[in-house]
Amino acid sequence: MTEVQLWTTIFVVISFSLYIYIAYASRVNSTAGFYVASGGVPAPANGAAIAADWMSAASFISLAGLVSFSQNGYAGSVYLMGWTGGYVLLALLLAPYLRKFGKFTVPDFVGDRYSESARLVAVVAALVVSFVYVAGQMAGVGLVFQRFLGVGTTVGIIIGMIIVFFYAVLGGMKGITYTQVAQFTVLIVAYIIPAVAISINLTGIPVPQIGLGQVLAEVDALQNDLGIPEYTAAFTQTSMPNMVLITAALMFGTAGLPHVIVRFYTAKSVRAARFSALWALFFISLLYTTAPAIGAFSKFNVLDQLSGLPVGDTPAWFNNWAQAGLISVNDINGNGVIDIAGATDAANELIINNDIVVLATPEIAGLPAPIVGLVAAGGLAAALSTASGLLLVISSSVANDVYYKKINPHASEQNQLLVGRITMVAAIFAAGYLGINPPGFVAQVVALAFGLGAASFFPTLLLGIFWKKCTAMGATAGMIAGLGTTLAYQIWTIDIYGNSDGIWGIPETGFGTVGMIINFAVTIAVSQFTPKPTETMQELVEHVRYPGHSDLLAAHAAGTIEEEKLHGDHGEH
Amino acid sequence: MDASQRQEYWRKNLRLMSVLLVIWAFVSYGCGILFVEPLNNLSIFGIPLGFWFAQQGSIVVFVILIAVYVWRMDKLDASYGIAEYEEEVHHS
Repeated sequence: MTEVQLWTTIFVVISFSLYIYIAYASRVNSTAGFYVASGGVPAPANGAAIAADWMSAASFISLAGLVSFSQNGYAGSVYLMGWTGGYVLLALLLAPYLRKFGKFTVPDFVGDRYSESARLVAVVAALVVSFVYVAGQMAGVGLVFQRFLGVGTTVGIIIGMIIVFFYAVLGGMKGITYTQVAQFTVLIVAYIIPAVAISINLTGIPVPQIGLGQVLAEVDALQNDLGIPEYTAAFTQTSMPNMVLITAALMFGTAGLPHVIVRFYTAKSVRAARFSALWALFFISLLYTTAPAIGAFSKFNVLDQLSGLPVGDTPAWFNNWAQAGLISVNDINGNGVIDIAGATDAANELIINNDIVVLATPEIAGLPAPIVGLVAAGGLAAALSTASGLLLVISSSVANDVYYKKINPHASEQNQLLVGRITMVAAIFAAGYLGINPPGFVAQVVALAFGLGAASFFPTLLLGIFWKKCTAMGATAGMIAGLGTTLAYQIWTIDIYGNSDGIWGIPETGFGTVGMIINFAVTIAVSQFTPKPTETMQELVEHVRYPGHSDLLAAHAAGTIEEEKLHGDHGEH
Repeated sequence: MDASQRQEYWRKNLRLMSVLLVIWAFVSYGCGILFVEPLNNLSIFGIPLGFWFAQQGSIVVFVILIAVYVWRMDKLDASYGIAEYEEEVHHS
């Protein structure tokens, strides 16, 4: 066992024991505890949990590489702005009102505010988005185990499945939330420490966000020499309109993702929901402002160390990662040295996977083994925390929205809990299977999930709160139109299926913005001539806007308002 | 709260929201994308300013926007006499 493996094992064992202990200490026995931690999580803890839930294996492992290598700097800003800006929308437009409405799941709000057919569309959308996402997390777990501990991907994923099984199935939302607080701590420490160390190494400044300024000019100069467009130059890779479309799709998609929204239901009150959003974005910003610095440092190191190097003289870290198949050199022109060009340039001889930028950065910078091991534990924390949040969405959607609300409305609480837990076990197996045998499209589809979120949930939730007269048929038609057009466009243009150029060069990742506009237009148009929501429903929506106690909301939450008063007799009831 | 107070409360909330969302769009879509090229002629910490807004500044402003929202909403609630929040565990 190498020194790195020893330290990795130590950190992984310690962190996993901590997660299991927390899960055992916070196990639950009620549906409210299982779905929303009984709505009793303090704001800073909830914020840290949201941050861990949100920052997936993709954020931790891939983001820095995505920005600096495959997007060559500036074009990668879409991810940085897109995956943080959505929280402003959530905090101002959705979270406080959804919390006040007081339900368990996003489909629950949609079903209650609109109709049962709208609920079904929402359940399907929530399940699709969550499954796509969770497969990516399991693949991330496998990658970390394979590279750092030398065990097979399959064994790694099975270990991950067992850990998630323990705390998610036993503890439900309560177990998941408090485990995520611990996971956030592990992942942010593991992310910041190497970043600070490299920043000191390269620039002498211990704050990576400021050290960034010292290397950018050098990276620009190196890239200029190699004929690669400058790192900081705008619109070299993505045009201005596409930058806007992709950023918007990611922002509005973030505000529409069910596993994020559901976290605001776990807050104690409306005020706590607002504070949770603040804490969450603050915690997220720690990683998201550090990522572009790590990316630039890493790009500098790679260009500086590898460019023009004889092919046989590659450093030890290169050889380690080449074995894992994540970096390779192909001496196309046969001159015996590595010639680096732009990532999409045919003459480029260095092929580097986005995932290794963060994982390999400590080794590239020559940091000691304990830090390398810590990064591995951080990557696992990021993947497991997101996986468990998604599994909960899958489980609560099936147990609450399908089983309890559709199949067996008289089910006892114990019964619902059992169904929730069985669903979660099944979902863990499905996720593990997808992680071990990843379909080729998973990586691509994860980015597309945001477009689907933007085109389906965001307009429906926003209009449901801010427009009392938005009708059930309008919302259903809007969701179907937004989701349908976006899905069709994505399938039509994505590389492995249609591979078409699309219309006006709109990339598949940016079409969600167009789908969202279509959803808004269809919802508003259809709402003009379909039966209006009942008086009670309109009053209910209005009460969500004001602070303080409302008898109507309390009665609605307790389920004592008659179905006909709520939805009228004209619907599908 | 009577009906007119409620309307006033809602109007103030909407006004605050609109101001914050205009700033939100201005720093990200404006400074980070539309005006990035002219802004890149200036710099902050040695980083071209447009690039800085796209990769750092907009995120920092987002955090500040939510902080201002939370703070102003607390004040607004307090001015209508709502200081204590019941623990609204409204779940069915």
